[in-house]
Amino acid sequence: MTQRLTLLLVFLFSVPIVAQQSTATASSERPDAATLLQKIRDLEDRVIALEGQIRQLKGQPAAAAPAQPGGTPESGTPSVAPAPQGQQVPSGAVPSTGEGVIQSVALGGAGGSAAKALNPDMSMIGDFIGSAGHNPFRPSPSFEMHESELGVQAIIDPYARGDFFLSFGEEGVTLEEGYITLTALPAGFVAKVGKFRGAFGKVNTMHNHMLPWVDRPLVNNNLVAGEDGLNDAGVSVQRIIPAPRGLFLELTGQVFRGDSGDQQHPLFTSPRKGDVSALGHLRTFKDITESTNIDMGASYSQGHNSAGANFLTRLYGVDATVRWRPLRRSIYHSFVGRGEFIWSQRQQLPFEQRAFGFYTSADYQLRRRWFVGGRYDRSGEAEDASRIDKGFSAVLTYWPSEFSQIRGQYRFTRYPGNIDAHELFMQVMFSLGAHGAHPF
Amino acid sequence: MERTTGFDSVTALILATLILSFILPTAAQAKKLNVVTSTTDMAALTQEVGGDKVNVESIAKGYQDPHFVEAKPSFLLKLRQADLLISVGLQLEIGWLPPLITQSGNPRIQVGAPGYLDASQFAEILEIPQGTVTRAEGDVHPLGNPHYWLDPDNGRRIARGIAGKLSDLDPQDAAYFQQRFQDFDKRLTAAEQKWDSEMQPYRGRKLVTYHRSFPNFAKHFGLDVIGYVEPRPGIPPTPSHTLELIQLMKRENCKVVLVEPYFDLKTPQSIGRQTAAQVVVYLPSVGGEKQVTNYFELFDYDIALLIKAFQVTQ
Repeated sequence: MTQRLTLLLVFLFSVPIVAQQSTATASSERPDAATLLQKIRDLEDRVIALEGQIRQLKGQPAAAAPAQPGGTPESGTPSVAPAPQGQQVPSGAVPSTGEGVIQSVALGGAGGSAAKALNPDMSMIGDFIGSAGHNPFRPSPSFEMHESELGVQAIIDPYARGDFFLSFGEEGVTLEEGYITLTALPAGFVAKVGKFRGAFGKVNTMHNHMLPWVDRPLVNNNLVAGEDGLNDAGVSVQRIIPAPRGLFLELTGQVFRGDSGDQQHPLFTSPRKGDVSALGHLRTFKDITESTNIDMGASYSQGHNSAGANFLTRLYGVDATVRWRPLRRSIYHSFVGRGEFIWSQRQQLPFEQRAFGFYTSADYQLRRRWFVGGRYDRSGEAEDASRIDKGFSAVLTYWPSEFSQIRGQYRFTRYPGNIDAHELFMQVMFSLGAHGAHPF
Repeated sequence: MERTTGFDSVTALILATLILSFILPTAAQAKKLNVVTSTTDMAALTQEVGGDKVNVESIAKGYQDPHFVEAKPSFLLKLRQADLLISVGLQLEIGWLPPLITQSGNPRIQVGAPGYLDASQFAEILEIPQGTVTRAEGDVHPLGNPHYWLDPDNGRRIARGIAGKLSDLDPQDAAYFQQRFQDFDKRLTAAEQKWDSEMQPYRGRKLVTYHRSFPNFAKHFGLDVIGYVEPRPGIPPTPSHTLELIQLMKRENCKVVLVEPYFDLKTPQSIGRQTAAQVVVYLPSVGGEKQVTNYFELFDYDIALLIKAFQVTQ
């Protein structure tokens, strides 16, 4: 590839020079300084354009490949594919100089020396937690490499992108998420297929490293399947709904196999194939000013629970977020206030359990690297709504850079029967490589 | 999609959106091209060549740090209608633009589609790191410095590229866009001569900038950027680095500190006090101040500020 590019450069350089010489000798007239200067400028422009094309070529060669359907490597016609701008020269030049480059682009094969450029974005996020204090119901180890999240992300083709997040515990690996997002569907639909976090409220959609706390709120632990959350294999379809006056409305519909949660935090199970779970989410967003906005959502989900055949759990959720970030000082100060309210109806014997829980939180960015926050928790337990857990947390976070953060959290929890737990957590998170940005 | 009993309402809603969606997009197919740009500078250049055949809107504001824009859903409303998305590229927008593109539900502007244009391919890019890049150097951009639009020659190149892209998308108006570009080229060349001669006396003058957002401007006008208030790109100032910088400025007799409008002025001002340097809030982008509404006014504004600062510190 580099050789071809050099050849190309040499070729393109030589053409104008030859042309210049021939015109000069033919007219036997000395070109004045202005035209020469102009010519140098033009040449400079062409070099810069070429450099740009090389960067494009190195950066995203995948875009041109699918447009050239298999075979005919020696066709040599540059006009076959409506290649994106900036790739026209290379796509014309490649078939004539090197064979076996374009046709080797098959599913999963990068081919040629462009292979490395086609590597997906890789990232690893480490999440280390140390804790002190005693909690009889939710014990935490003194030190724990809580999670190592490997992200592998890339644009698959002009029609889709793929995202994988593998979550390594100290032992064992789980596929936290792995899905394809179809971005080129007609009529503004966006679809996801794979395993992913369900669009139930806010916290459920967040990876651990996106949370403003070390832990997840009590209500998510008690009612929405704990840390893993409502996270299952299935299909998601979402679309923005046109609304007047700059109001953002988006509807999401998801169908899952029907397995969410683990033994400690059971939510949905699907012993039979037909026991799929479903989820609907409506999100609205409105800018109040350029620095303040309100984000609200309503969620519903249902699936079969482990109480017996045909016993359903229904979840209703409402979430609201207020954000403030002054644009002129956006890296120094910000505020996020958030609340999620979740109702659970779990059919079981002898009675259906109707549990309710919520959290409210506030996080303020004091300075460029310092954040302070608090959270109030209160939640019933899904299988016994009369048992109510309460608690609050205070959090202080320091960011040495965008790629690492250190967090301390004090957590108080009062379990039924006035059993109190006081805990201190210290978390260190660090990010390696290119981790794609998460949705707002 | 599979269905089970009990969520006919969900299906009905999905059906309703389906029906709605087929009615509405046809209305959006007006004559004008809808162009969304990531920054105001790209919007300004697009406006120059697009004239009244385009509607242009920028996502970031001119006084906002373009690295840290929030990917707000309200931007999706603009993106879903866009025929063309122009980005600065070189990973400037890596923290916010990719999720917006993915969620936009607009196949026209996906990366690799004809309606996605990375403007960096047209411009001269400086500070491309050689060899291995690590984040020990801070938030480096492995593809080169993305603040490349502050060179009038790059402005011309980008405008030419945008005119070409607009012509591809709207071939009927190709002649119009080319004519607009020629006109812009002429006006820019005239302005450039004026700027060059205004800045001529100050060639070789030394200055310090907060972030590395100035190399193309400095190169074009022959200025010498000797240091940065940030110890590494994206890392806030540290006391030890600030001390070193002050010593360097005294040694080199550097009397001007340029600060982007989105950075805190505390450290630059203390540097200014200790080195008797002028602290100047310059504008890296169109729209950084209300009166700076186009690409020409951006240079007029910054050059006037610089000349004033250079004269005071003669």
